[in-house]
Amino acid sequence: MNPLQRPTLQTVDAEAALAEARRLIGRKIAQPARRAFLTRSLTLGGLSLLTGCGVSDHEGVEAALGAISRFNDKVQGFIFDPAQLAPTYPASMITQPFPFNAYYGEDEVREVDEASYRLEVTGLVADKRRWTLPELRAMEQHDQITRHICVEGWSAIGHWGGVRFADFLRRVGADTSAKYVGFKCADDYFTSIDMPTALHPQTLLALTYAGQPLPPKYGFPMKLRMPTKLGYKNPKHIQAIFVTNTNPGGYWEDQGYNWFGGS
Amino acid sequence: MHSPSATAAASATPSADRQPVHPGWLRACHWINALAVLVLVTSGWRIYNASPFFPFEIPNGITLGGWLGGAIQWHFAAMWLLVANGLVYLALNIVSGRLFRKFFPLSASGLWHDAMAALQGKLSHADPRQYNHVQRLAYLFVMLDTLLLVLSGLVLWKSVQFPVLRELLGGYEFSRRIHFVAMAALVAFVGVHLVMVALVPRTLISMLSGRAGQKP
Repeated sequence: MNPLQRPTLQTVDAEAALAEARRLIGRKIAQPARRAFLTRSLTLGGLSLLTGCGVSDHEGVEAALGAISRFNDKVQGFIFDPAQLAPTYPASMITQPFPFNAYYGEDEVREVDEASYRLEVTGLVADKRRWTLPELRAMEQHDQITRHICVEGWSAIGHWGGVRFADFLRRVGADTSAKYVGFKCADDYFTSIDMPTALHPQTLLALTYAGQPLPPKYGFPMKLRMPTKLGYKNPKHIQAIFVTNTNPGGYWEDQGYNWFGGS
Repeated sequence: MHSPSATAAASATPSADRQPVHPGWLRACHWINALAVLVLVTSGWRIYNASPFFPFEIPNGITLGGWLGGAIQWHFAAMWLLVANGLVYLALNIVSGRLFRKFFPLSASGLWHDAMAALQGKLSHADPRQYNHVQRLAYLFVMLDTLLLVLSGLVLWKSVQFPVLRELLGGYEFSRRIHFVAMAALVAFVGVHLVMVALVPRTLISMLSGRAGQKP
């Protein structure tokens, strides 16, 4: 070892340091209850300092935060008013260019072949036949210019068009008393939403962006566009839709992002 | 003529002296609030770093959560602590009459007098039960600032569900700036607050034990 270099923290023996500190503190404090309390708190705080781990890495802390996040899902479901609409904007306010965002880079965008594409619909639905894009385009189309809000905080205004998801769910005879709708995507992304949000009038099975077929970077052949949800809840390149009563989780949600993830 | 609050003190009777400087509920609220603010501010810094709108970032080493998802979990857990504790504080403060007794009257001349006295080092701390006018203003300010943080936070969390609040605060993007600036004001308050505690350390004793502490 270079003698001019101070030894790094890793070379300190954590166990020995704790034992030493316990001995010193124990000597100073007469009452056994106080001693026990102090040495115990020393173990918790001291260990995290010595190992360089933050409080977040503690297993119990992680479990508690996860439990609160699930509690927050319930509160948010309760706050959600199906009749409350997200604000809409004039075309002049559309963000140019609308930003690309995914869990991979823009050079890795998946190309889905239109001719062979079929949308799978499974789970608690009456009609499980596969859908082609022309069949979806033949349904009543709606437009919206709304704000997309990312979990990172930034937002952008975009122009989407497509089929109202509520219309689609009714067309396939979905059990709308079920709790969840799940999505599997061509880019291996997956997510799921609550049924009240699925039936919200502004939830679109978006087939177009700015009046043109959805370009690959915005999720061709289709994206679920929900102005009431954060970006990571809006799946792109959707291949399969399923209705279920078991929470399917999601790509980001399983890593700790809030499942409800929206307004 | 108004009688400056800080100098009109010292008349506390011996029986009043045995009363705690701060009631137990207030001390509990203070420390729970301190914890909630510490968690909310440090996790909020991490969330800000995910998409900064000013030309700087907060050093990750002083943030909480480890990554964006972790920071959000901390933030959206501590918000309950802040709001629940804040409501208890406000309710007890109003019901007990403490809010009006301690923080009012508040006048421009009183502020001027006490600010000048503080700058000349002549401010009396003889009676820790009585707040001078600068303290009254600072504490009332931080109460309102916290309210603004909660309201702007509500717009960010539920941008669709509270349209009136969202429009009052200038929309989603403007609410992000309000939330940040209100945080900065809160952190500035905490900085001054801690300097004051360092200058008059027995105020820390009275916030911990409720007792007045030794006068120098």
